[in-house]
Order: sequence, then C-alpha cells, then structure tokens
Amino acid sequence: MAAITEWLDERLGWNAIREFAAHKSVPVHSATMWYYFGGITLFLFTIQVLTGVLLLLYYRPSPTEAYESVQFIVTRVEFGWLVRSIHSWSANLMILSAFIHMFSVVFLHSYRRPRELTWLSGIALLGLALGFGFSGYLLPWNKLSYFATKVGTDMAGSVPLIGHQIARFLRGGDDVGGGTLTRFFGFHVAVLPGITTLLLVLHLVLVQKAGMSSPPWIKGENLPQIRFFPNFFLRELMAWYAALGVLGSLAALFPWELGEKADPFAPAPAGIRPEWYFLAPFYTLKLIPSHVWRIEGELLGLFGFGLLAVWWVLLPFWSADRRGTLRQRLVTGAGVALLAYLATFSVLGYLR
Amino acid sequence: MKPLRRGNAFLLAIVWLPLLCGAPAEHKDSCVECHTALEGNLGKPAAVFSQDVHARDGFSCSDCHGGDRNTDDPEASMSRARGFIGKPARTAIPKLCARCHSDATLIHRFKPQQRVDQLAQYQTSVHGKRLAAGDGAVATCIDCHSVHDIREVRDALSPVHPLRLPETCARCHADARHMAPYKIETNQFEQYRTSVHWEALAKRGDLSAPSCASCHGNHGAAPPQVASVANVCGTCHVLFEELYNKSPHQPVFSAMGTGGCTVCHGNHGIKQPSLAMLSGSGAVCAQCHDATSKGGATAAQMAALLGRLQEALAKSDEVLNRAHSDGMEVSEAQMRQLEGREALVKARVAVHAFQTAAVEQPANQGLAIAAETLRAGQSALEERNHRRRGLALSLITILITMGGLWLAIRNLEAKPEAAPKSARR
Amino acid sequence: MAQRRTIVRWLLGGGFSASIVSFLYPAIKFMNPPAIPEAAVNEVSAGKVQDLKVNAGKIVKFGSRPALLIRTGESEFRAFSAICTHLNCTVQYQDARREIWCACHNGLYDLNGKVVSGPPPAPLEEYAVRVRGDEVVLSKRA
Repeated sequence: MAAITEWLDERLGWNAIREFAAHKSVPVHSATMWYYFGGITLFLFTIQVLTGVLLLLYYRPSPTEAYESVQFIVTRVEFGWLVRSIHSWSANLMILSAFIHMFSVVFLHSYRRPRELTWLSGIALLGLALGFGFSGYLLPWNKLSYFATKVGTDMAGSVPLIGHQIARFLRGGDDVGGGTLTRFFGFHVAVLPGITTLLLVLHLVLVQKAGMSSPPWIKGENLPQIRFFPNFFLRELMAWYAALGVLGSLAALFPWELGEKADPFAPAPAGIRPEWYFLAPFYTLKLIPSHVWRIEGELLGLFGFGLLAVWWVLLPFWSADRRGTLRQRLVTGAGVALLAYLATFSVLGYLR
Repeated sequence: MKPLRRGNAFLLAIVWLPLLCGAPAEHKDSCVECHTALEGNLGKPAAVFSQDVHARDGFSCSDCHGGDRNTDDPEASMSRARGFIGKPARTAIPKLCARCHSDATLIHRFKPQQRVDQLAQYQTSVHGKRLAAGDGAVATCIDCHSVHDIREVRDALSPVHPLRLPETCARCHADARHMAPYKIETNQFEQYRTSVHWEALAKRGDLSAPSCASCHGNHGAAPPQVASVANVCGTCHVLFEELYNKSPHQPVFSAMGTGGCTVCHGNHGIKQPSLAMLSGSGAVCAQCHDATSKGGATAAQMAALLGRLQEALAKSDEVLNRAHSDGMEVSEAQMRQLEGREALVKARVAVHAFQTAAVEQPANQGLAIAAETLRAGQSALEERNHRRRGLALSLITILITMGGLWLAIRNLEAKPEAAPKSARR
Repeated sequence: MAQRRTIVRWLLGGGFSASIVSFLYPAIKFMNPPAIPEAAVNEVSAGKVQDLKVNAGKIVKFGSRPALLIRTGESEFRAFSAICTHLNCTVQYQDARREIWCACHNGLYDLNGKVVSGPPPAPLEEYAVRVRGDEVVLSKRA
C-alpha cells in the first residue's frame, strides 16, 4: 500500500494533494448549508454527462429520425424511459440548483475580492447551462420544442445589425429545420460540454485557491471550522444521495412527456412556452408593447436584458465603493429585486 | 368584366338576333351606363351586376331584358321595337333563363360540364307545376339563385352554396304566411338545424353532408314518395338500406304506407342514434313492439350487446388513458382500440337487420378486442407498479447509505480532534 | 464503541454498494441492445414483394396507425392511410372492383385515394412506396 502511494506521489504529486485536502476546511455558521449547492450542481452535471452518454447510444439527430429514436428509447430500450426522464429532470434540477448557488453567493457576499474571477466563471457556467437547456430542448423534435426554438431564435434575430446573422447561425439556415437540429445536437454534445469542462476546472481551481468564503457579518479569527475531508465531504455526499433520491422519484413517478412529433407546416400549437428558466424574459417581452416611442418593443426588451445582464455580471466590481467598503445593502437589495422579478414573472408567464 | 371575344360576339349575335338588333359595338353598354347613375330600384341591378357570373362571361342587361344597349337614347334603347321586355313576369322567368340554359351549344361554350335540363326538371317539381298552373308565389330560378348578382354554386356567397342552401329554402318554407295557402309545415328548417346532417355540414364543414336538395332534388324539388325514402337515404347509407330491404320491417312498413327509415329516425331533424332508441321508456321500437313480444326481446338483446361493447371499450379506454398519463407506452393497444371501435360501428350498422345474430357477430369481435386491450392496459399499469417498486428499492438503498453517512459523520466528530486549529479562509 | 463503528461500516458499505448496484443495473440494462434494434422511422417495411399478389392489398402497421398497401401491377404499388376519413374505420382493398372500400358505411375510394361514393368527406392520405431489393418500403410524403 505504501509502495503504491509512493509510486503515485512520484508521478502525480499525490501527497501534495492529500496535504491540501487535509488542510482544506469549511467554516461553520448559520449559512453553511448554502455551501452544498455548488456541489449539488456539480453532481447533477455529472449525472447529465453519464445519462447523456447513455442516450447517445440510441439517439439520432435528424428530423426524420430524432423523434422516433427518442420514442424508441422510451418504449423499446430497457430502462430507456428512466434514463431519458432522469436526463430531463436532472437538467431542470441542475439549473435550479445553479440559480440557488448563484443567489446564495450574492446574499452571502462571497463574490467580493479576491473572488471576482470565480464569480465571472460561475456566471459563464450558468450561461452555458442555459445553452445546454435551450439546445437540448429541441433534440426530441416535438411540437412544443420546435416552436419554442422558433420563437427563441426569432428573438435573437431582432438584435440590430447582426441579429439576422445570429439567427441564421443558430438555425443553420433561414428557418428552424433539419439543419438546426444537427447544429443544436453538435452544440449540445460537443461544443458546450468542451467549453463547460474547461470553465468548470477553472471554477473549481479558483474555489480551491481562494478557499471557502464566510459572510462579512461573521468575524473573528476563531471561527469554528470543519475539515473539508472527510467531514464536509461526507455531508456533501449525503446531499448528493438526497438529490439522487429526489431525482429518481421525479423520474419514475412523473416521466418526462415526449409530446407530438414536430411538423414544420402545422400551425403553432396553443400555449407554447419555453422551459421554465426562460419564462421570465419570455413573458416580459410579451408584455412590452410592439412599439415604444418609435423603437421596436422586442428590441427595447432585448436591450434592457442586455444591460441587466452586463450589470449583473459586473456585480463584484460595483459592489464595493472607492475605498473598498462593501455596499452590502445595495447588493442584497439588488439580489432581492432580481429574485422577486424572476419569481413573479416566471409564475405569471407560466399561468399565461 | 372580360371583353367578349369577337368570334364569340358574332356567334352570340346570331343566337340573339331578334333581341340584339344590329351588330354589337364592343364595350358599349348604355344600360349599365345610365342605370348606374340612377338611384333606388332602377340603379341597384346595375350596381351589383358586376358580381354576376353572367357579367364575367360577357352578358349584359339586354340579353335578358331585351332592348338595344348601343344607343344612348332611352326612348330607342328601351323601345318595344327593339325587343325591350322590361321586368319579366314571374311566370315567364323559367323559360326566359332556359332560352340559354337549355341550349346545349351555347352553354357548352362556357361550361362544357354543365347540364341543360334544369327547365325540364323544374317542370316536374312542385314549384314548376304550380307555376304552370298560374301560381306566381312559388319559387322560380331567381328565388334560389338570386338575380343580377347570380354566382356559381361553388361560390361561398351564392345562396345555393351547400352551406347557405338550407337558409335559402327556409326563406319561404319557414315563413308561415307564405306556406299557409299550401298547408305545409314550416318547421323543417328548425328541425334540420338540430340534425346530425346540419352538424356535419355546418359545424364540421363537410360539404358533402346532405342539405335540402340532397333528398328533395334541386330543380326537380319534390318530397320523396313513401316507397322511395329508403332509396333516398340509401344513396349515402348504402349498407343500412341493404340490410333494411332484407329485414322483416321492409314489407311491413311499405304495407303500412310509411317511409322506412323515417319511422324510427324522423326526417328533417335526424338525431345521433343512441341505445335509447332500442330500449328504455323512450325507445322507438317500443312504439310497436311490446317488451314481452319477440320484437321487444330482440331489441333488448341488441341494445344489451351494443351496451356491453360500448362499456367494455370505455373501460379499456379508461385503463389505457390512465396508463398513458402515468407515462406508460400503450400506443399499440390504443391502435387496437380503433379496431374495437370499428366493430362497434359495424354492430350499430347491423342493427338494421333487426336480428340479434347479425349484431352478435361484430359485437363479439369488438368485445374480444376490448378484452385484449384491457389486458394490455392492465399489464401496463402492472409494469408501472413494478417501476414504482424498483424506485422504492433504490430509495431504500439511498436512505440506508444516507443513514450510514450520518452515523459516520457523528462518529468522526465525536472524536476529540474534530477540527484542525489552523483555520484557512 | 468499536462495535458501533463496525455497524456503521457495514451500514455504509452495504448501503453504498447496494445503491451503486441499483444505479448500475438500469444503466447496463440500457446499454444492452433491445430486441428490436432500431427505431421505427417515417418509413416502414411492408414485407417482401412476392408476399403480395398483383391486384391484392394488405394492411400494414405504419407507426401506430394502419396503412393499406396495394399491388396494382407487377412492379407498381400504392399505399394509403387505411383510416377512413368518415368515422375512422379501417378500409380494405376490393380486388373485383379495383377500389378501396370502407365496410362501415360503404365509402368507396379510387386507387388515387379520391372519394368515389359514400359518406367520406375527404380523400385518403397517400404514402410513398419504394421497392428496395425485394422489400417494399412505405414512407410519408414530404
């Protein structure tokens, strides 16, 4: 045993890793539970990779075969219904837990110096997760996803000057069709996973480098701590198992619907709506009148969202004033406002 | 308006020589020119005539009303000498229209498919006979086809388009004052609008569904005679007619002088048939057949068979839908269910043989299918439960592991050196 | 204390291995190729050419709906949705009349799917037929 560890150490620097793990610790306070959500998101991402690879065994990315192959997975392949259902549910839970992770970072003010890059990489990862969601939604090629993609890429098309180019790039042509499907499939299983893996490694390294942050209101040198390994890790493991239990139950009791096959010539079905995490902007764009003082409403909305996104991404940089004091209330207020907006508009959009 | 080609104009001139009086100068139409400027009844025909199918084919006022459209002098253009007839008498209208419409050579130049026997048919109709007897209140060509804005039948705005025909007939036939002298009922339109035929026509947009003319004829409109009712219904409901003609009812009903189908189904207000027609207090069979009689027993047996099949199919549907909504794949059984429903349709047709054995065969076929789909649905539900048991099993392993983890953490932290002193942040 | 630790170890080890088995089992089963190895597409095989006589028809399953395949000539095939447009009964081929017939209400269609007589309000949907080797293949018309 000792010989093996030595062999590994010589080649991998095993002991340094062990040393690091032994010293890594996690502060214990009233908000420690929020630390788990980053790990849960990572765990759900792993599940996505595993089930995604399984689905690749049978899925076929062409408009004549996509729907049928998913139907085949769900009906003919043993446990296919389970794998597909877990992939769909896990995708949604992952985005949910990523949002929780982000808002916990905001409310615990963990984004502050020197963790700006961790925040930026995290936001980028969230963006990628949404990209996964948007591209993956189309892959079963059913009615709802077909029209949701049509509407979604249409919105990209209303960006001034380059909008048409963006829409054409996303659709792989002038309209949503077979070209879009192969393209989205490529994004979903190759482009996005590649970028995500790189960013994920960066994100995790940055987290290790800066260590766990504790909220600004918890001060003092002798903050109680627990070791990351094994104490915190075992707890995280428990959280993963709990997540797995929830995921399995959702997948088995509420299998994800496949819907009807997309028909490009059919009229748009009533009640098309995007995935829940796009509902708030979707509903907002619907509410904006078609023209606000000679500017196209949709354009105005997109411009607003763009500004909001930039402002949010730059959060670590405006959260402290010139002297470096944290504008704690301002950030908390902004977080609450954003959360309230997302929650109410998502619910309103869902009820519509 | 398409200008008349010179050749056509020449031919027309020959046909219309007595009316046209002189070679037509192209485009000149003093009738329309003057009457468009007039108001009221004198202006209206000219105003709507551009919509008329005759205008499209190059005909104009003088082709029916006579006179000379080439002169601007009203005295000359509307002189009797130039064949002007003014407003034709109602009794003269069919023959006026027939001057062209019974002329195969003329009609075929515009519409090679169109029939030219409308006048002959009309003369056989009740309308035509009364008109011949001098009754000017009956329908002539223009009452159904309109006048001055006559459209093709397939034009949705035409009063004789399938969707509008019932209303057009009802304009007179639902008018009690108009119908009083003829002593016929006025409720046909009202009844028809409650019928399955109207529903198919108006609500489902099935233009082949029957309206008034489908049974009564159009130009030769007359009520079908008792002996021919089954034939009339049978033009569409062929199998029913076949079965009925071989059934014991056929000779009885014709001896009674009642029109086959209508005895049970009525005429204008034909409803969706249901089991209630066969059995129960409002059953049509019970009008003649005592429940204890042989006929009553047959009706009850047929109703029971159909009822059982209906119920069995509904039960299978219910189980399959439950399985489907729980995410189970039952499309194959659902397709088989279509065959079951087909058997039900056939069994309902077979009722018209009025023999239990005839209904039994398709009904039993359907019952067998329903039993099969029910089994498929139940086994899908069984599979669903199986999945749930699998879930429970893996949830148990998850819970055990979580419990183990919890205990392990407790053990770990019960030890004195729980946390390292040097806190890193 | 030591005894308790043994219990914990057993519980943890047992639960962990059992749960891993319960995750791996479906995954391995999933990878195992199913009995029908390929997804049914918009195309369906309707059997061998020689299995269908000239001037005969047969019902084949097309997705979850029936289709009617008719061999009109030595190498000529036609295929239609077999669902009557009147009340969804399954139609059949009548070789004597060379027409498609619905037994429910005597609806008749010609060999182009057009309504000849009877109550059907609309023609039958026609499918494309190709012969691949000695196999007849139906597909939806694009």
